[in-house]
Amino acid sequence: MNYELIGITVLWTFLYGYLIVASIDFGAGFFAYYARIKKKDHLINDLISRYLSPVWEVTNVFFVFFFVGIVGFFPATAYYYGTALLIPGSVALILIAIRGSFYAFNNYGSRDSTFYLFLYGATGLLIPASLSTALTISEGGFLDESDGNVVFLANELFTSPYSWSVVFLSIVSVLFISATFLTYYADRADDQQARKTLRQFALFWSMPTIVASLLVFMSLQMHNPDHYDKAVTEYWWMFGLSLVCFGLASWFIYVERHYGTAFIMVMLQFFFAFFGYGASHLPYILYPYITLHENVTNEAMALALVTAFILGLLLLVPSLFLLMRLFLFDADYVKGKKK
Amino acid sequence: MELDGVMLSRMLTAMTLMFHIIFATIGVGMPVMIAIAEFIGIKRNDPYYLLMARRWARGYTITVAVGVVTGTIIGLQLSLLWPSFMEVAGQIIALPLFMETFAFFFEAIFLGIYLYTWDRFKGKWTHWLLTIPVMIGSSASALFITTVNAFMNTPQGFELKDGEMINIDPIAAMLNPAMPSKVLHVVATSYVTSAAILAAIAAFAILKGRRGQYEQKALRLTVACTFVFSLLISITGDISAKFLADVQPEKLAAAEWHFETEKGADLIFFGTLNEDGEIENEIRIPKVLSFLAGNSFETEVIGLNETPEDERPPLWIHYMFDTMVSIGMFLMATSTIFVLMDRVKKWNALNKPLLLAILASGPLAMVAIEAGWILAEVGRQPWIMRGYMKVAEAATTSDSVGLTFVLFALLYLVLGIMAVVVLIKMFKNSPAEVELEKRFPNRG
Repeated sequence: MNYELIGITVLWTFLYGYLIVASIDFGAGFFAYYARIKKKDHLINDLISRYLSPVWEVTNVFFVFFFVGIVGFFPATAYYYGTALLIPGSVALILIAIRGSFYAFNNYGSRDSTFYLFLYGATGLLIPASLSTALTISEGGFLDESDGNVVFLANELFTSPYSWSVVFLSIVSVLFISATFLTYYADRADDQQARKTLRQFALFWSMPTIVASLLVFMSLQMHNPDHYDKAVTEYWWMFGLSLVCFGLASWFIYVERHYGTAFIMVMLQFFFAFFGYGASHLPYILYPYITLHENVTNEAMALALVTAFILGLLLLVPSLFLLMRLFLFDADYVKGKKK
Repeated sequence: MELDGVMLSRMLTAMTLMFHIIFATIGVGMPVMIAIAEFIGIKRNDPYYLLMARRWARGYTITVAVGVVTGTIIGLQLSLLWPSFMEVAGQIIALPLFMETFAFFFEAIFLGIYLYTWDRFKGKWTHWLLTIPVMIGSSASALFITTVNAFMNTPQGFELKDGEMINIDPIAAMLNPAMPSKVLHVVATSYVTSAAILAAIAAFAILKGRRGQYEQKALRLTVACTFVFSLLISITGDISAKFLADVQPEKLAAAEWHFETEKGADLIFFGTLNEDGEIENEIRIPKVLSFLAGNSFETEVIGLNETPEDERPPLWIHYMFDTMVSIGMFLMATSTIFVLMDRVKKWNALNKPLLLAILASGPLAMVAIEAGWILAEVGRQPWIMRGYMKVAEAATTSDSVGLTFVLFALLYLVLGIMAVVVLIKMFKNSPAEVELEKRFPNRG
């Protein structure tokens, strides 16, 4: 059995899952804060917290799952990334901690505070930016290894057009994904005013998303030509499909119809782009230090992890399905008639 | 003490863990307490207990949130601060780490459902059933993560050949010798601590003059739970001591200031060490250490002198041992007295000294948790993997640990204060009796 391929596919799928559910969460925080200062919060904030409160913890686990999984399947990543990412990783952790706890203080605590909401909104944009650092570093050129010491070249990162285009993409796609989902959720709730506001957000953020994607391509060509070549020659069709899905999603939202399908199209848009990016990155996990085949964990552990993974899924999939049925597909709950 | 990268990494890890285990302990024990209260409430059709479950669950959301975020922090911090160790851990011990996230996932899903479906199901038991996956999830994550810690104390399931690991057996690594005693003790102490904290809150309310039915029922239930769970901790503590004597004698010897290997070893309680390393001011209980180590006053207990000097844990862990054990005994004594006095009608179990003792037992139980973990962790110094890898070889080579230490210290300070403020606010303006009227207006 090809454990390394199973391993990376599993991890990539979970990272993709995190990308979607966390984007919804991160963007929602921003929109909630924006609505509050524009004094429109009565329109959308109840709706947002009705969705987020039962699921925010689950969102967080997707992330934990990814970083525990990657150390398990590819232990060398702990060594390289661990040494290099102390500062950016710690910053991301602190932001995540502030965000998660202040969300709870605000929503389960006794009082609704604009300051908490500000922290929640602001961190929602900073976290994707800081987490995208890890992906940027995987392209190579930001680490230096000498005498068994891994050094993170922070200046390189801060002056690289590639890293800034990734940050830009991560922020705008968060807002786009979130707005399309919330438009759909508002539509399910039959909340026309919320839907109207959120639809405008979705349309507004669609353009920067596609512009940022192109920027990432262009700067990748400069930063890591090998990766770029592989992406455009072998996997061009995946990026093409991604573009088609984007077009369909925007169209549905524009004509105010099929919001559910529109959100699925957005998910597919990012699915194709994310997997196209990932597939063309292989065999490198961290260019040029960690490759898929040389750095996979030992066979016994790989088998154990894959087994645990399958058993875990048998437990998780029905539970997640139950969670979605209760809070996503239960019309009365979404409308706020059930508590 | 030199503040180099290794020392700072140790300090940062210690700080994160000490902050996290406050919430992790509550996270493991609280679901059990909530489940018990809701069970009694449904069974006896008593709105007081149903309200108790609800109020506990509401406060629990705040501690869970802080527990989740600090848990995420320590999960990633392990790789950031101890990259070389995690590279090894990825080879041998990734399985329980991975399973822990599954358990955590499972718990997160059902906790979300539990908290938001109080009035959603027709049958009351349907909602109660949701506590089962939450309890399983939280106790299972304690089990798996403690397995990892146990492995660091008693590594097995691999062979070293020329610095390379071969014949790796993940299951054997999980089922290492320290695992059973550690897991049992961690789970039992989490339960007792959560019960003691809830008891302290009830005692506080009664001391403040709120002597309603709700407070009294809460006190009776929580102290009874403390009593039952404290029986469990005395058993699991005993198992742990015997395990140490057998497998990790240097930890027990350092904790007990037991230097010479001998039969009929004395148990040292309290005391100080003078400059010559002699014990003073101690309470010496003859031969009890031997009994603790092997159920016979003549058991031979291995002394610290058998361990090479550069592999000995620091001797100050003795104070941690004393703290942990004395508090354990205090919890047991207080809860036993209360349960007994409460049985006999003409005695007043709600007397002030006893209530004060119960009030103290909550925070003290948390102190014991911290002391116990410090004992367990510092007790395996200088090893990160006992016998294989020293802490100094595992730390990051980055020179920015000092800065991150300061950042995280500030974060924990803010989170700690905020959590307390929010929790107090949550209940201060919403007394139980008022909420009871609102939620169950038609009761008897």
